[in-house]
Amino acid sequence: MIEGAPRTLFQKIWDEHEVRAETAAAPAILYIDLHLVHEVTSPQAFSELRRRGIPVRRPDRTLATMDHSTPTTPRRGNGALPVTDVQGAAQLAQLEANCREFGVPLFALGDDRQGIVHVIGPEQGLTQPGMTIVCGDSHTSTHGAFGALAFGIGTSEVGHVLATQCLLQNRPKTMEIRLTGRLGAGVSAKDLILAVIARIGVGGGTGHVLEYTGEAIRALSMEQRMTVCNMSIEAGARAGLIAPDDTTFEYLADRPHAPGGDAWPAAVAAWRRLPTDEGAEYDRSVSIDADELRPMITYGTHPGMGIPIDAMVPDPAGVPDPSERAALEKSLRYMDLLPGRPLLGRPVDVVFIGSCTNSRITDLRAAAEVVRGSRVAPGVRMLVVPGSQQVKRQAEAEGLDRVFREAGAEWREAGCSMCIAMNGDQLEPGQYAVSTSNRNFEGRQGKGGRTFLASPLTAAATAIRGVITDPRTLAPAPVAAGGGR
Amino acid sequence: MEPIRTFSSRVVALPMENIDTDQIIPARYLKVTDKAGLGEALFADWRYDAAGRPRDEFALNQPAASGARILVGGHNFGCGSSREHAPWALLGYGFRAVVSTYFADIFANNALKNGLLPIVVEPAAHARLLALAAEAPDREVTVDLRAQTLTLPDGEAVDFPIDPFARECLLQGLDQLGFILAEEAAIERYEAEHPPRVRTVS
Repeated sequence: MIEGAPRTLFQKIWDEHEVRAETAAAPAILYIDLHLVHEVTSPQAFSELRRRGIPVRRPDRTLATMDHSTPTTPRRGNGALPVTDVQGAAQLAQLEANCREFGVPLFALGDDRQGIVHVIGPEQGLTQPGMTIVCGDSHTSTHGAFGALAFGIGTSEVGHVLATQCLLQNRPKTMEIRLTGRLGAGVSAKDLILAVIARIGVGGGTGHVLEYTGEAIRALSMEQRMTVCNMSIEAGARAGLIAPDDTTFEYLADRPHAPGGDAWPAAVAAWRRLPTDEGAEYDRSVSIDADELRPMITYGTHPGMGIPIDAMVPDPAGVPDPSERAALEKSLRYMDLLPGRPLLGRPVDVVFIGSCTNSRITDLRAAAEVVRGSRVAPGVRMLVVPGSQQVKRQAEAEGLDRVFREAGAEWREAGCSMCIAMNGDQLEPGQYAVSTSNRNFEGRQGKGGRTFLASPLTAAATAIRGVITDPRTLAPAPVAAGGGR
Repeated sequence: MEPIRTFSSRVVALPMENIDTDQIIPARYLKVTDKAGLGEALFADWRYDAAGRPRDEFALNQPAASGARILVGGHNFGCGSSREHAPWALLGYGFRAVVSTYFADIFANNALKNGLLPIVVEPAAHARLLALAAEAPDREVTVDLRAQTLTLPDGEAVDFPIDPFARECLLQGLDQLGFILAEEAAIERYEAEHPPRVRTVS
C-alpha cells in the first residue's frame, strides 16, 4: 500500500471487494464475506430462490439466528421456551425449514449461541476487520466497530446475496466524525452517539459511510464501539466504521471463528494495514469534543431529538423552519411533553435494558453497578434482556442476574424484545419508558408507547428512582434511601 | 415485473418530515412469510383508531385520496429500519411513486427493486405538489420514467434524478438478480482469488 493515493478505511475495504467496478450504466458488484439472516426479513427471499430453483451459493458464508419474534420470558422448569404467538411461531418454523432446505447454519431457540444477530456475529468472532457484512436489518452497521464494512439491506437484496454472495451497490460518500478529548464519568458511548445524531441530524448521514476517529473513540471498548456504530443508521448513514487497533485484536483473539495458529499473526498484520492513510480525504468532516458531552436523552419521536439530560425540552417557538417546527410540535404532542420544562424528575412506567445497541456484558455490568443493593422504584417495571445466550450465561456467572432480580427487575432470555415489540414485550398505550434501545419512533415499543432513549447508566438510575435521573447525581452504590426528587 | 413507462394520478400528501418505516408499517405486521395483505397495514397507527376504524382526518382516508397512486411525503421519507415491507405495503395499497426532497438510502433501494418510484424533487417543486394536494386534489400529475419528468397539471415538467441502472431495469421490467447471476464467471474468479475470511459451517 505504499504506492497510489492515500485511501480511507472505507475505500480499502470497498476496493478489495469489487467483483466488478461501477460503470456509468451499472453499480459495482460487491462481494459479501458474511451474510447474517434472521426470521423477519428472510422468508420472502428464500421463497424467491425456491420459485426460481436457485440454491444458496455460499451457505458457508451465511449464518441465521432467531431474535426478533422470540419470547424472552423465563424458561419453564423443563427448560422449554414455548412460542405462544401463532404468527411468530410460524415465522420461526419457516426460518428453520428454510435453513434446513438450503443448508444454512442456524442458531435456533435452545442453541446456546442464539441471540440478537448483531451480538452473536462479534461474539463468535465471525465479524472481523476488513470484511463486508450484510444482513436484512438496518442495525448491521454495528459490525463496523471492527473495521468491517457492514450495512443493512432489504429482503430483495437478501435474496441477491443468498443467490450470488454479491450485491449491486453504488459507492457511498464518506464522512469523518472526529471525537476529540475523553468522555467524563457517567458519560458513555450511548451518550456520545446520541450527541452525534443530535448534531448531524436524523438524515444527516444519508448517502454516507461514517468513520469515527479521534482519541475518545480509541479509548472505547469493543462493546462501546459497537454501541456507537450501531446507531449510525439513526443518522441515516449507510454504515459506521472504526479502524481496528489492539483493542479490536484483543477482543477477537481466541473467539471460535477468529483465525487461529499461524493464521492469527498474518491476519493481524493485514488488519493493521486497514486504517485510513495519512492524507486520505473524506467527503465531509465533523468534529465533536467529547470533554463537553453530558449524559444524553431523547425527548421526541426520532433519535435526532436528543438533549443533554439536564437540558430543557426545546420550544417549537424557537424553530424558524416551519416544517421542522411542525415536526417538533407533533413529537411533543405524541410524547405529551411541554416545551421549556426539564425531563429530569419525570416519572416513568418502564425501564428497558437490552437491544443490539446496549445488551452486551459491559452494558449489563454498568447497569448492575447502579442497581446493586437498591430496589426498582414502586410502580416501575424494569426488564433486563441480555443480547445473547452467551451474554446471559456470562452475566449469571458474575451474579448480575441476582443483582437485577433482588432489585425487583425481570431477568429475561436473549432477544430483541421490547426494542421492536414483536414478541409480546411491549409498552401499553400512553406509558413512558426509558430505554437503552435505538429507536423512539411513535409506537416503536408498543402502540401508543412513549420512549426516552438513554444509556444503561441513565436507565438503571431512572429505574431505582422512578423518575428520569442523571446517573452522575447518584451516590456510589448502595444508594441511600429517600434520595428521590 | 411489469415495465414502468408513464402513469398519471392524483396526489395525496403526508407533509411530515422523517416519516419512518415504523409508521409506514408497524413491526407487529412483519410476522408474515409472504407479501399478501400488507397494503391493509399501511400507516396502520395513523390510519385507524384503537377500535380499528378509519380516522376521518387522516389524508389517506379522505375521499380525494381514493385511487391516488402518488404519495408526497416530507423530507427523509422512509428513515429507520430496512424492512422491505414498507414499499410492499405502499405498493399493496396502490401507490406507484413517492415524492420527497430526499429518501433514506435503504428505503429508496428497496422501493426501486419493487417498482415503486422514489422521486426526489427540489424544495420548490415539493412545495407546489403539497399545495396541489391541498388545493386541487382532483387534478392529476404525470410521471414519465423514460423522460425522468413529473408533469404538473399546468403543464410544467419537473425533472427528477434516478439511478440509471434501476431506471433501465424498471423500463424493461428486468429484475436485478438476473443481472448479477449473469456475472457468474466474474464471481467465480473473485472467489478463486480471495480465500474465505470466515466459514460458518465446519
